[in-house]
Amino acid sequence: MARYDSLLDACGGTPLVGLPRLSPTVPDGAPPVRLWAKLEDRNPTGSIKDRAALFMVRAAEEAGRLRPGDTILEPTSGNTGISLAMVAKLRGYRLVCVMPENVSTERIQLLRMYGAEIIFSPAAGGSNQAVATAKQISAEHPDWVMLYQYGNEANARAHYETTGPELLHDLPTITHFVAGLGTTGTLMGTGRYLREKVDGIQVVAAEPRYGELVYGLRNIDEGYVPELYDASVLSRRFSVGTRDAVLRTRQLVEVEGIFAGFSTGAILHAALAVAHEAVRDGRRADVAFVVCDGGWKYLSTGAYGGTLSDAEDALEGQLWA
Amino acid sequence: MAIEVRIPTILRSYTGGAKVVDGSGDTLADLLTDLDSRHSGLRGRLITETGTLHRFVNVYVNDEDVRFLGALDAKLSDGDSVTILPAVAGGAFGFAAAAAISSHSAAAAAISSHSAAAAVSSRGTAVAAR
Repeated sequence: MARYDSLLDACGGTPLVGLPRLSPTVPDGAPPVRLWAKLEDRNPTGSIKDRAALFMVRAAEEAGRLRPGDTILEPTSGNTGISLAMVAKLRGYRLVCVMPENVSTERIQLLRMYGAEIIFSPAAGGSNQAVATAKQISAEHPDWVMLYQYGNEANARAHYETTGPELLHDLPTITHFVAGLGTTGTLMGTGRYLREKVDGIQVVAAEPRYGELVYGLRNIDEGYVPELYDASVLSRRFSVGTRDAVLRTRQLVEVEGIFAGFSTGAILHAALAVAHEAVRDGRRADVAFVVCDGGWKYLSTGAYGGTLSDAEDALEGQLWA
Repeated sequence: MAIEVRIPTILRSYTGGAKVVDGSGDTLADLLTDLDSRHSGLRGRLITETGTLHRFVNVYVNDEDVRFLGALDAKLSDGDSVTILPAVAGGAFGFAAAAAISSHSAAAAAISSHSAAAAVSSRGTAVAAR
């Protein structure tokens, strides 16, 4: 291992580990089909979002948008908030997060522990409302810096400059890259890099499909697609339901000893789908997928134990990825 | 056998409240035309005036996004499952904002009654105690 001058310098450089037990078996004489997990839970705050947070803050500093003591504003209650809180603390900024008012107390505790302040947006409006509230607060505090991960090119660039090169270095024979589709930063950045370097690379998105309650209040005209999203970077896009995500999350820890959050289970589901297609077509495949974070933050959902139906019920109405 | 189509809550006014309806067609475009013959107006919510899929609508055939399968020309077979969903900011936990709806009961109340939803929104924003 290496030594680093500070925690921020220890961001990235995560291990890529093979999954010999979960990789599909191929018939005798057929080319190998292998699965590889990029362990992003090994980042300083335990998620892939550390990369984007660090790059977005550095980009703002370089552009002169952020000066010591400034306030950063971001609509998030998830991993990005935790990553930004850590980076802000170490670089000397104040962080204000906008999040729905009925988010879990663990999330609020974690953010406050890392030093973030919280502004709540109305629960009924969901994510669109949180975006709108953040934009409104941003207008009221023109001196606060909104990094806005959904539209910040440094989010995607973090993966173009780090995640992509790391993957290619560790797995020059890569044929598929599979990641989750949220802000789309991971897929856009890593996908663009790999498309430039690897002929025929397949860039595959796994999108969580939540329980109906999450979509229930949403009008189609109020939809939202992140500004960073460019469909031409992707080869395919899968929608993965709660049940499959939970099943794969459990399989990953049971079979390969990797304890991950549910978004990783959704990604693994898509990775297995393309791996099995490769076996069926008799093609060689090295499928690398992202382990976004560890399972610790989700233990309280109870979805790691009991039947799959129990787990599905436990996650109904929740944003589990 | 037919093609099973999952309808999001927001569009169930066109299907008499049905979550799942059956349809047929060799392509997605055919399927939507077929559905519209029984659920008038549905097609118009999914397709723009210029004849493309609405930007904020995602349609999946057997869990795969049709935009990568030929969009409205995507081929369908009997037994396929088609899911229609509104586009939502979310994913990789980045935007747990929609965890707004994480409390089952609050969401159910908000869905069942507009006044409940309004009551929740009326709380507005407040800076949390530090």
